[in-house]
Amino acid sequence: MRSETVLNMEGISKSFPGVRALHNVDFTLRKGEIHALMGENGAGKSTLIKVLTGVYEKDAGQSILDGKPVHFRSPQEALSMGIGTVFQEIALCPNLTVAENMFIGRSRSRFVQWKEMNAKAEEMLSSLGIPASPTQELSSCSIAVQQMVSIARAIDMDCKILILDEPTSSLDEDEVQKLFALMRELKARGVGIIFITHFIDQVYEISDTITVLRNGELIGEYQTSKLPQIELISKMMGKALSDVSAIEKQEKSKSARSVPVFEATGLSSAAGVRPFDFTIEKGEVNGFAGLLGSGRSESVRAIFAADKVTGGEVKVNGKRVKLKTPLHAMKKGIGYLPEDRKRDGIIGELSVRDNIILALQVMKGFFRPLSRKQAEEFAVEYIQKLGIKTPSIDTPIESLSGGNQQKVVLARWLLTNPMYLILDEPTRGIDVGTKVEIQKLVLKLAEDGMSLTFISSEIDEMLRVCTRLIVMKDREIVGELSGMSLTEQDTMQMIAQGGK
Amino acid sequence: MSRLKAFVSRLSHLFLPLFVLALLIIVNLIKGADYFSITMVNGAFYGNIPNMLFGASELVILSIGMTLVTAASQGQDISIGETGAITSAIFVWYVLRAGDVTLLTILVGFLISCVAGLVIGAFNGTLVSVFKVQPMVATLILFLGGRSIAFMIDGKVSPILANEISNRIGTVIPGLPIQTPIILTVVFIAIVSVVLKTTNLRLYVESVGINPSAVRLNGIDPKKIIFLTFLIMGVCSAVAGFIAVNKAGRHDSVNLLKFIMMDAILAVALGGNSLGGGKFSITGSIIGAYTIEMLNRTLLRLEVNPEAIKVFKAVFIIMLMVVASPVVRVVVRKALDRAKTIASRYSRGHTGGLSNAVVSMTDTTGKKED
Amino acid sequence: MKKLPRVGLLLLMVILVLSFGSTLVVAEELIKIGIVNLPPEESGYRQANVEDMNAVFSKENGYDAKQTNTADNSEQMAAARGYIRDGVDYLLISAANASGWDDVLQSAKRAGVKVILFDRQIDTDPSNYAAALLSDMYYEGDLAVDWVLNNVPEPINLILIRGQMGSAAEIGRSAAVLKAQEEGKLNIVADGTGGDTWSLEEARKVVEAAIAANKDFNVIYAQNDGMAQGAVQALEAAGISHGKDGKVKILGFDFNRFALRNVQAGYWDADVQCNPRQAAEIERWIRSGNIPEGIVYQEEIVLSTDTITDEDIEKYGINVDPGKGVITR
Repeated sequence: MRSETVLNMEGISKSFPGVRALHNVDFTLRKGEIHALMGENGAGKSTLIKVLTGVYEKDAGQSILDGKPVHFRSPQEALSMGIGTVFQEIALCPNLTVAENMFIGRSRSRFVQWKEMNAKAEEMLSSLGIPASPTQELSSCSIAVQQMVSIARAIDMDCKILILDEPTSSLDEDEVQKLFALMRELKARGVGIIFITHFIDQVYEISDTITVLRNGELIGEYQTSKLPQIELISKMMGKALSDVSAIEKQEKSKSARSVPVFEATGLSSAAGVRPFDFTIEKGEVNGFAGLLGSGRSESVRAIFAADKVTGGEVKVNGKRVKLKTPLHAMKKGIGYLPEDRKRDGIIGELSVRDNIILALQVMKGFFRPLSRKQAEEFAVEYIQKLGIKTPSIDTPIESLSGGNQQKVVLARWLLTNPMYLILDEPTRGIDVGTKVEIQKLVLKLAEDGMSLTFISSEIDEMLRVCTRLIVMKDREIVGELSGMSLTEQDTMQMIAQGGK
Repeated sequence: MSRLKAFVSRLSHLFLPLFVLALLIIVNLIKGADYFSITMVNGAFYGNIPNMLFGASELVILSIGMTLVTAASQGQDISIGETGAITSAIFVWYVLRAGDVTLLTILVGFLISCVAGLVIGAFNGTLVSVFKVQPMVATLILFLGGRSIAFMIDGKVSPILANEISNRIGTVIPGLPIQTPIILTVVFIAIVSVVLKTTNLRLYVESVGINPSAVRLNGIDPKKIIFLTFLIMGVCSAVAGFIAVNKAGRHDSVNLLKFIMMDAILAVALGGNSLGGGKFSITGSIIGAYTIEMLNRTLLRLEVNPEAIKVFKAVFIIMLMVVASPVVRVVVRKALDRAKTIASRYSRGHTGGLSNAVVSMTDTTGKKED
Repeated sequence: MKKLPRVGLLLLMVILVLSFGSTLVVAEELIKIGIVNLPPEESGYRQANVEDMNAVFSKENGYDAKQTNTADNSEQMAAARGYIRDGVDYLLISAANASGWDDVLQSAKRAGVKVILFDRQIDTDPSNYAAALLSDMYYEGDLAVDWVLNNVPEPINLILIRGQMGSAAEIGRSAAVLKAQEEGKLNIVADGTGGDTWSLEEARKVVEAAIAANKDFNVIYAQNDGMAQGAVQALEAAGISHGKDGKVKILGFDFNRFALRNVQAGYWDADVQCNPRQAAEIERWIRSGNIPEGIVYQEEIVLSTDTITDEDIEKYGINVDPGKGVITR
């Protein structure tokens, strides 16, 4: 079913000082097609999108929309020609209402017809099954709902092309299905959809066509049904697949690691998690499993004292301690990589160096700054260790790709040499290659004696890394899985049935 | 290589203030070729440059504090002139009441006024950090009431500081060829740079200003850091008040350092600092402060009609702000991008090896816009 | 429970008796006066003005006077209305803002309250008030320029340092100088301003700029004492002589006692009065029952190094006195 072409990009090239981001790339999108754009971080996906929507000026090549060459100077111009874009990072105004966010800056008329606008928004929201009220302030919605609102905003207009850049990274399974239903509906209307994601399963579930980029070059265009997953991944990574599947956790003998390094009883926090008990042993990797909002993040935040701790008892290395602030936890050898990298992890404008040394520096104290030389050495060491791709150690972290940002935050905690490291969604929104690297790293660290808690929305990833899963539902621990019962089937079942 | 790059990027942040400074110097040189000439008068250097350094001392010191407050709290302290008026009133009160004025009296008076500055800073800082009041609103309280407090401390008159030591602090110390306020300013800047070198002030303040939420999870309490910057601001105000009152030789609670917060905020902005907090450059603010002083003097040198002097200043500043605005920067960057692209077409062969570096590195301006 | 109303009644009676008694005691011959004034912390001038009002209209002198000090025009009007309701005999006003007073003044007229404006004029029909006692800024300017013309050797090259542009004082004090220049009697070589705060520092810069431009000048005409002080600081730093035997003559305004001491010591040359003490004159009017009609200007003087005495400084000066022989640099 090859139907008529809506967009044709030919021979696109784009360089930045010192970096060739795209080299002679072709891309074709057809009416009613869901086209997945795949590649690791730095492959050139975002650059291609930005060239298409007029954020960047291209160096060479041309874009043909509906048979006519086009040249956009700004995303607004692209939007007016029917190219809507939803970015991974939510770009809405948190203090406006949902309806305002959907319509503001759109209406031709100078005056806003509030009633009409709210009614229209209500209709759209309900038809898309988005659980939000038009008059609700956007900031009061969950991240997932905010993401859906921005999608609603982009598809409201008569769009020919919809670009979804990592739309699903903060959505749970149910919400993803709703989004997919929506995408199928748009597809039926003849909209061409460019879909960028790191979730391979989702690509196979929804897309018709896959274009793979690597290091700024076109690897090829494939029909999804004819490209086995394993081949896709090896095309993206440019290496043989044995590497990818080679991760195997080593099940250590129980006796080797029976020393609990952190124990909590009846721990609860102001974020609303029910009192829970938790233990982790030396060299153990465990995980909190559950749906979005099940309380898995709140639990680890309580362990790190990131939220106000309201009750419970904590022992570190067998000794009772009081952890009231993150600094207390850090000084006891606990590290925490937060779920929301942009909001809680990176210090955007600061350099990669400063971001790496931050936690160590804080632990050393206000009056004992690291020398510039020391800081540089640490930064260089971890840039090499974790393979962080950055033009220099002075580059602001915000200009790195998501995966590299995450590695920097990871480096920050590794530099403090923690005894127990909590990783909340360390692989979200980053490319497959980095994902695998992080998983390998976690196992390596555990082998060296570090205890880790690993949280991920992808259960198979947790199964691959963790030896024990603590299953949560509705802010309560509903069960624990380890050993033989640690399978996807059992985990799903426990999440679904609440362990009974 | 990366050091050089970092140096160049720091310079590019200072481009605006340095450019304006250069422009003003050129205008002044056209007006009179002897602009830089320095003579000795009564054993001290005299000339346009010493005059400018002398005149800007209080502003320079205040703009340092303002830079830190802005960076951490993402807002501005508008009560700095009033704070200076109160602390210097306390200084004068102490000195006059001590009878015989010795160096020790002055020193103790100065330290007391610094403590007063800390107390005021703590008041403003508590409102901003603990009670989450917007800095401008929090400091509005003292902006409105501060001069009345200073007036009461003064005993409802303008007390006179007619002693030899105060006079020397306000002018020159015999034997030293540089006017005392300039020396005090240099000493203050030196202390600040030592503090920046020996503590993590910069890292903490910048981090708090950029992302308070992330900073908290790394063991820094943003409240404490914001509070700290207000304490520093209080000390800066006290030092500026000390210099101002010794220059004037009497304490005029009505006019001392009046409206100086406008120039201090402007100095911070001219120095290439974002008024929305985050990364800061104290060097930029200092250059900005001297630039404002020089602008004022240049307008006088050009004999602009006194009725029109404010208009000239406003127009000049508006032009600067437009030139420095993110909008213009993006346009310039795009133009540069295009130029580079064209240039790179002729030298394509040299860039191939770098293709696996990170792609989105030039993306920062686009992100900063929202 | 039943006790409560009785206690209340008792209290009420006590209050009634007391207040009656007190009014009977004091109200006999005290003249009731309401004063609407600006806050003393506004300036040294205002502080002297407020204190003078309190000193002159005291109980001992036979007055029951109340004073409201605020820089807010609407608060001033509310206070004036309050005084009218209280049934004062005289209402004395120094207005924060010259306009918007018509209603208040007319209701005073209807209530038979005599209104006397002091220090500041109000934009209204002259029939709306009894009299106004003001400083004539033009007169002050004339006094100063007369002094300059008589005491500065020809050719007179003057640096003019104005106050807040557009303020009544600036306009009046500048007018005479500008006129004298037009008539060719003197030459303005630099024309600057201390800005909205009549700033010492700005005045200093004006003189420094003139020195940098190699201007030749022999008199500085600064429209208040603080700016004169700043101008002298610039001369001192540049090593230019001034005062009694110096090259540059220094003239200030406002009669701050530190300025008068500087004049006395020959560090400066002259100072022009801006008299904040209208109370005595107004008190004379009220006492004699003979209130003039319309605007009356105060008698003001200029004092120079030759003529100044300790009594002048004590009597006419405002703000703190640094003491004889003490120079404020």
